[in-house]
Amino acid sequence: MPNVIIDKDRCKGCELCVHACPQKVLEMSKDLNVKGYFYSKPVHPHKCIGCTMCAMMCPDTAIKVEVYGTRYRYFAY
Amino acid sequence: MVTIFTRPDSMFDTPTHYCPGCTHGVAHRLVAEVIDELGIKDKTVGVAPVGCAVLIYNYMNTDFVEGSHGRAPASATGIKRSRPDLVVYTYQGDGDLASIGAAEIVHAANRGEKITVVFINNAIYGMTGGQMAPTTLPGQKTTTSPKGRDVNHIGYPIRMAELLATLKTPGYIVRSSLHDPYHIAMAKKAIKQAFIYQLEGKAFSMVELLSTCPTNWGMTPYQATQWLKENMLQYYPLGVFKTPEDE
Ligand SMILES: Cc1ncc(C[n+]2csc(CCOP(=O)(O)OP(=O)(O)O)c2C)c(N)n1
Ligand code: SF4
Ligand code: SF4
Ligand code: SF4
Repeated sequence: MPNVIIDKDRCKGCELCVHACPQKVLEMSKDLNVKGYFYSKPVHPHKCIGCTMCAMMCPDTAIKVEVYGTRYRYFAY
Repeated sequence: MVTIFTRPDSMFDTPTHYCPGCTHGVAHRLVAEVIDELGIKDKTVGVAPVGCAVLIYNYMNTDFVEGSHGRAPASATGIKRSRPDLVVYTYQGDGDLASIGAAEIVHAANRGEKITVVFINNAIYGMTGGQMAPTTLPGQKTTTSPKGRDVNHIGYPIRMAELLATLKTPGYIVRSSLHDPYHIAMAKKAIKQAFIYQLEGKAFSMVELLSTCPTNWGMTPYQATQWLKENMLQYYPLGVFKTPEDE
């Protein structure tokens, strides 16, 4: 199962990852991070397929993706 | 457990000063990933622009020189000609490259300098507060074109990639976009190819990246990516405009 890890205090709350995720894994938080932004968090981690599209879209390198076993890819990166 | 995506080594851990959702951050990461993949971190020198990316050397873990406004291709020419063993690239915005620096980029390309240019086209002057750029779209509202760009008054936006592709000197000229993950992956391919041509000593290379400036466009970051897709892609078609193999 893939593991998507978001560094919440690095996040600027732009929501680009939320729109990029094909599996609707991510949502914005209700509380604020250290910078004062609502941050992105994986609320349905079990749906994650490790495609890394959220991380590709993130302008602030706040997302790290880890996988066990098979990796699904929509296209080469 | 394998990490399949994380911050590239050629970038520092420093958080950037860019506005939320600004694609400058994506462009930095793509360049850093390419530098990592080609293993050229220790022999790469970047030339920073004047514009929002003026502090890029705080984020990229390679040597850097600050160019004066628009003159990055001239500084890069000096570095590359005196040390051809180094990999030299400039990172420039559209105000920097297409306006005040229009002469430098045209002549660097025409001389066929073996440098790589990463050109961020966000259709506006970001750093100075959203003034009209040479690349601002017809009808687009900016602080200096509050009624929208009037093409009868100041002409149409410059298509830098097409313009440079008309030069006879061989070059690699591409336009990509950063509005969604697929296009980001394509942009990375183009940047990698550009650096490869430089490493082979083949040609001048420029990758134009259509980018967003959510702050000065007055949109949310996601709306900005959609605005780019609906408006900029029509005026600025994506593709490879020239390769060194062309006649
Ligand atoms: C010689 C000189 N003229 C004008 C300026 C003011 N200035 C600073 S940044 C900039 C334009 C930046 O726009 P762009 O290159 O599109 O970069 P962005 O901020 O959008 O990334 C201008 C005109 C300057 N710093 N130096
Ligand atoms: S890796 Fe893919 S599926 Fe998982 S959270 Fe990111 S975008 Fe969604
Ligand atoms: S793309 Fe990055 S900065 Fe933007 S909300 Fe997602 S994690 Fe945060
Ligand atoms: S002003 Fe525009 S280009 Fe500059 S950091 Fe903000 S969003 Fe990016």
